[in-house]
Amino acid sequence: MTDSKAILRELEQGLRDLADHLAAGLGADLLGSTIALGELTIRVPAARIVQVLTFLRDDGNCQFAELVDITGLDWPERARRFDVVYHLLSLKLNQRVRIKVETDEETPVPSAVGVYSAANWFERETWDMYGVMFSGHPDLRRILSDYGFEGHPLRKDFPLTGYVEVRYDESQKRVVYEPVQLQQEFRRFDFMSPWEGAKYVLPGDEKAEGQK
Amino acid sequence: MAEVSIANYMVNFGPQHPAAHGVLRLVMELDGEIVERCDPHIGLLHRGTEKLIEHKTYLQAVPYFDRLDYVAPMNQEHAFALATEKLLGLEVPARGQAVRVLFAEIGRLLNHLLNVTTHALDCGAMTPALWGFEEREKLMEFYERVSGARMHAAYFRPGGVHQDMPKGMEDDIVKYLPRMLKVIDDIEGLLTENRIYRQRNVDIGVISGKDAMDWGFSGVMLRGSGIAWDLRKSQPYDGYEQYDFDLPVGKNGDCFDRYLCRIEEMRQSAKIIEQVVEKMPTGPIASDDRKVVPPKRGEMKKSMEALIHHFKLYTEGYRVPEGEAYAAVEAPKGEFGVYLVSDGSNKPYRCRIRAPGFPHLQATDFMSKGYMLADAVSIVGNMDVVFGEIDR
Repeated sequence: MTDSKAILRELEQGLRDLADHLAAGLGADLLGSTIALGELTIRVPAARIVQVLTFLRDDGNCQFAELVDITGLDWPERARRFDVVYHLLSLKLNQRVRIKVETDEETPVPSAVGVYSAANWFERETWDMYGVMFSGHPDLRRILSDYGFEGHPLRKDFPLTGYVEVRYDESQKRVVYEPVQLQQEFRRFDFMSPWEGAKYVLPGDEKAEGQK
Repeated sequence: MAEVSIANYMVNFGPQHPAAHGVLRLVMELDGEIVERCDPHIGLLHRGTEKLIEHKTYLQAVPYFDRLDYVAPMNQEHAFALATEKLLGLEVPARGQAVRVLFAEIGRLLNHLLNVTTHALDCGAMTPALWGFEEREKLMEFYERVSGARMHAAYFRPGGVHQDMPKGMEDDIVKYLPRMLKVIDDIEGLLTENRIYRQRNVDIGVISGKDAMDWGFSGVMLRGSGIAWDLRKSQPYDGYEQYDFDLPVGKNGDCFDRYLCRIEEMRQSAKIIEQVVEKMPTGPIASDDRKVVPPKRGEMKKSMEALIHHFKLYTEGYRVPEGEAYAAVEAPKGEFGVYLVSDGSNKPYRCRIRAPGFPHLQATDFMSKGYMLADAVSIVGNMDVVFGEIDR
């Protein structure tokens, strides 16, 4: 269908205008902006996130009054492994923007609670799931995981099955925590064909390497 | 008499309480019966959906979305399907879109019937729940007829819907609608002018439009505060722009206005369903891109390629190009969004689920401060929280 393509072009034109406006308004705080699939993503330094959010909320040509979401992304191979991703929505302009900042396990990101009240739980969740710290957050407790939980489950190095399992113990008359015991080995298939660049060495291939 | 100083005391509300709508634990600090502070403890239904989806192919991820907001399952699948299609650059044929809209609106009816009636139950009215659940059951029969499951349908899939509707189903839905509208009228007759119901809801849980935006509200919670915002109107998806419907908007931002919005939204949903059935296009219900959408069984009996595709799609799945996409739908509770990050493999690198109930529940403290303990029950009930989606 061609008309959906036309709508996308029009949408991206609007986003380009917005990106230009942001480039002018944010100046050196804007590390980069990309438009893909009809969505605008900007990168800003983590230390300046509060100023950037305030600008996006209060500027007359932005008016991103609503914080839709804050979440994390984990890229373990990167030096600063986490991305914190903010999604904003402007009801006035009917536009969305995605903001990304980079951080690692030690560096806290300034909390956005002062700008958007909604940021409170989203930041708590990001802390709980990824272990990203937020400085100046009024109440940075865990939110979704169990009381007394250890670790940050959405990190890529956290196993899918976790470390502890619970069961009700009839003799002790209470729920007990035990290390996870798998009845069957955990299997993860990567479905990559050896012709399409699988990373692992197929059994026997190492001999061929040795002959060269 | 000497003045007696009374210390504030803490009340632990839930997690097993009929008015907690699932597994909500509220730790409340009360001054007499006035709520001073209210700290919701959530996560008791946390199942790690996002983590699980990272380990599943795109098609295997669909059923997880039914189990988020289990009151209106198909609306969640809708957001995931839209996000995946955005990454794949896939077009859904007109009939597929119309069937999706039809069932998304049935989902809205399911949700609002549950919310309005259980909220009435929280406020002491028993009958609406009995009536409403009967109609819910009938609507779930439509779900069952089209997908085979009453609730966990796995029906909206990337590329379209799973199967075409059985013959004559559109007519049955339209034939059924007047009956449901009658029940809505009856429920409204019991509640809207009811003195007790009004005392429990009018001017309770008031939130201004500005605060509602600050707290990240969406859906009815935003419209109840006078902000006319609906993704079906402002960012239409799957052909919502062709249908004519009105947005009910509240004036006062209290529980009662939100209740009225929900009642009116059900009528508007019925109107949309009628239009969808009337305009229902013919043709395929899913994209014919065989690298994404599995072939039908009949085809597999005749074509070797179809058989290979079927095998590959149900074992390995399909690769999704590298990139990221956010897609949101107007779920009955508000903006339900899915943020997908793909690394080019057959599994999502990250699937973030943005549930509307999460920011709503977060504002419990803000909204119930200064009200009575019994009002807090009404406010939480009126927020339309379902823990499947909040805890994920």
